[in-house]
Amino acid sequence: MASAAETARKAERDDIRKRWLLSAPALLIIFFAAAGPLGIVIVYSFLEPGSYGDVRWSFSTDAWVSVVLQRDIFDETLSIADAHVAIFWRSVTLSLATTVFAFIFGFPTAYFIATRPERTRALWLFLITIPFWTNLLIRTFAIQEVIRNEGLFNIVLLKLGLISTPIQIIYTDTAIMIGMIYVYLPLMVLPLYASMEKLDFRLVEAGYDLYATRFQVLRRIILPMVKPGIVAGSILVFIPSLGAYVTPRILGGGRNLMLGNLIELQFGQGRNWPLGASLSITLLIIVLAALLIYIRYAGTGARNHG
Amino acid sequence: MASRFDIRRQTGFPTVALFCFFLLYLPLSVVVIFAFNSGTSIAVWEGFSFRWFVQAWSNQQVVDASIRSVQIASVAAVIATVAATMAALATTRTRPYRGLTFKYAFINQPLMVPEIVTAVALLIFFSRIKIATGYSGLGYLMIAHAAFCIPFAYLPIRARLESMDTALETAAADLYATPWQAFRRVTLPLLWPGIIAGLMLAFVISLDDVVITEFVKSAGQDTLPTYMLGQLRRVVTPEINAISTAFLGISVAIVTVFFLISRKKT
Amino acid sequence: MPEKPDQIAIDVRHVTKVFGFGPDKVHALKDVSVAIRENEFFTLLGPSGCGKTTLLRLIAGFDFPTDGEILLHGQDIAPLPPYKRPVNTVFQSYALFPHLTVAQNIAFGLEMLGRPRAEIDARVSQMLTLVRMEELRNRSTAQISGGQQQRVALARALAPQPKVLLLDEPLSALDFKLRKEMQIELKRLQHETGITFIFVTHDQEEALTMSDRIAVMSAGNILQVGSPKDIYDRPAVRFVADFIGETNFLEAAMVSSTKDRASVRLGSGAVIDASVPKGFSPSGKVTVVIRPEHARLADDGGELSGRLANIVYFGTDTHFHVDLDGGGSFIVRQQNTRDESRRAQEGDKVSIVVGTGAAQVLRD
Repeated sequence: MASAAETARKAERDDIRKRWLLSAPALLIIFFAAAGPLGIVIVYSFLEPGSYGDVRWSFSTDAWVSVVLQRDIFDETLSIADAHVAIFWRSVTLSLATTVFAFIFGFPTAYFIATRPERTRALWLFLITIPFWTNLLIRTFAIQEVIRNEGLFNIVLLKLGLISTPIQIIYTDTAIMIGMIYVYLPLMVLPLYASMEKLDFRLVEAGYDLYATRFQVLRRIILPMVKPGIVAGSILVFIPSLGAYVTPRILGGGRNLMLGNLIELQFGQGRNWPLGASLSITLLIIVLAALLIYIRYAGTGARNHG
Repeated sequence: MASRFDIRRQTGFPTVALFCFFLLYLPLSVVVIFAFNSGTSIAVWEGFSFRWFVQAWSNQQVVDASIRSVQIASVAAVIATVAATMAALATTRTRPYRGLTFKYAFINQPLMVPEIVTAVALLIFFSRIKIATGYSGLGYLMIAHAAFCIPFAYLPIRARLESMDTALETAAADLYATPWQAFRRVTLPLLWPGIIAGLMLAFVISLDDVVITEFVKSAGQDTLPTYMLGQLRRVVTPEINAISTAFLGISVAIVTVFFLISRKKT
Repeated sequence: MPEKPDQIAIDVRHVTKVFGFGPDKVHALKDVSVAIRENEFFTLLGPSGCGKTTLLRLIAGFDFPTDGEILLHGQDIAPLPPYKRPVNTVFQSYALFPHLTVAQNIAFGLEMLGRPRAEIDARVSQMLTLVRMEELRNRSTAQISGGQQQRVALARALAPQPKVLLLDEPLSALDFKLRKEMQIELKRLQHETGITFIFVTHDQEEALTMSDRIAVMSAGNILQVGSPKDIYDRPAVRFVADFIGETNFLEAAMVSSTKDRASVRLGSGAVIDASVPKGFSPSGKVTVVIRPEHARLADDGGELSGRLANIVYFGTDTHFHVDLDGGGSFIVRQQNTRDESRRAQEGDKVSIVVGTGAAQVLRD
């Protein structure tokens, strides 16, 4: 007869095996149609481009060199690829600016929702969720309708007589940034709200009791307490901004490229698949670095607050 | 009258917040309003009309793309929800075991990798398979959508499971229910709201996808979003507004139901 | 007291339970053995983390022992899953199925056992009557009060007529008055059903008032098993004496001893009679315990003497804190009467008379 100890061990083993079997479908689907193919991208980044797209199966580091450098076609010397560097620079700066503006607008909004009475809070939250679940394309199209030369913004200003010719916003970096702030704002508000909802306002009371002004309370008490939310919101806005494809494509008008568009070009007209692959991996590395920083910050944040 | 000191108030915050809500809804309102414009302009109001809705509905490309979108979203959402439910059962309410962290990371992997990178990876991978097998149907889009829908479906299901008292299943076992009976009679009935919420989230996410679909689709496999993306490059007519408005209506309806379900306690 | 059949319902033999691995190892139970008789109201008493709930879960089958056996009427049930054991549990959180009605909850176990519908219906009605919940049979479990949920949980666990009913701190969520009511209710149910009850609690008063026998647990060990009176009057070890009620600890030296009695010399020089735990032969220095109500104050002639340091009034009785002459302190509890002719004052010199048979030698 099996001893109790054997039964306990067997139960534990069975449980873990059952758990692996149960998670197998999800893991397999993600491996097959998301995670696994990333490995192929890495392989492709070390191959030579084929003449009409795809690759030739011979090892080459050219694609990686081409990420930031270009080879002179006459004397084979390497120099900085200005076009690529400009795109990297634009991607990073626009993403950072988007994050900052999303925070400036999102923080008061999240605070506003979190301080509504219980009954109406859900409604405000719902109002912020609706745009979030609306198709990204529709939202980008909507913002385009407002900022284009014959759009609402310029028409109103012209009618008011404030300007005599439309302001050119569309097809500029500003347009991309406005678009990204618009589409990613809910991603800032939601985590901020989540951390503010748990805010203990007795601490704010204590702050006022100890002679703090409203601004001091905000800066010295509220901001430190919702730091995890700020970090989470910033990362949630920064990462998709960096990899944005649809918004710059529509609002940038094909001239003001971001990383996502540069990558697409390598699989379209440029037909340099290995370069596209190496650019993709570069983007992935930047994003993972941002995530690692987030995890470290979120970790210390959790330690400080609990 | 002396006003009470409100400790929660921060000067200017409500103004900024209300301005934000205004800005969030203004562009969407413009899109919706001009969908009902009787003229061809998407800037000048010429009277109320349903003509663009009628025109969009009689555009075979729009109808085909819509049907395709719903087909893909339905299949992908069901696959993703079933897989996510099983995965949630496998990863919640357990003492940590080897591989648990790996599972979390892997299930959430599609959320961490930029969509464009996954799109490129799938373009390369699926183009090889297409050549090798000769199959180029909607299956690729369905499986790709299922993969990035899994983390979204997983979220509410897992939340539901974790808020469920583990003593309930223990009690079922104590009352002579075999593990399968306990699952059928106790866990599953209590998990339903989470599963429905996950299914709807997955459906909306799949319906909305542009980037991965744009890269993975074969010729003639436009979904509604990729069709619209193509149209936006040309001269835009209010037909796009009409399509967007209809799309928006469906999303809002689904999200509203989702919101109501996830607020229900039991 | 009627004689109980001395058959063993649950026999726990050398059970050890270890949670975790390596440095995180926790020994929840350390070689625990205890025999629980049929038709007995048996209580596992101890502070949180003492292993009482672990032992209950092992009997129920929610966990498996790392080592040892658990016999139910002579058959080893330790390897059986919970759904194959004729043992039911009342959970601390009640764990009522929120998607089922009161009646459906009670029917659940019988349905799983595949009993015929007619039998289930009859049994459910019978159970509802037993716990006086007939009117609420079709209510959702969310719509009934905590006390009612408690009754449903009891009815649900009793419905399949288990050999043993396990109760995991079932009264802890109830307020004081309801708890008192349910204590009586539980005794009634146990009496009417004739089922062995194993009751887990950290509340010593609950344990003393309800149990036929009590096992006091600490840090994964059972320290003493006995009737409430045994446990209270004859604590064998310091933990039991300290955990249950209030008590005075005195250092003493052995003078002489027989099988279960001993003479000990207190610090004051007085020699008193004390009882000795079974199977223990003390020698040299020992600790003696005396309950505060088993001693009384006197002007002189007592075994101990000191100065009255503090008087604390409790309504029904008064505690006198005495600083003993040889060092240490002693509490005397006296029932209050309306006779206020003579009252000691703080600072008075007092003498303490230890009642006959009041002292008990501890094993540790």
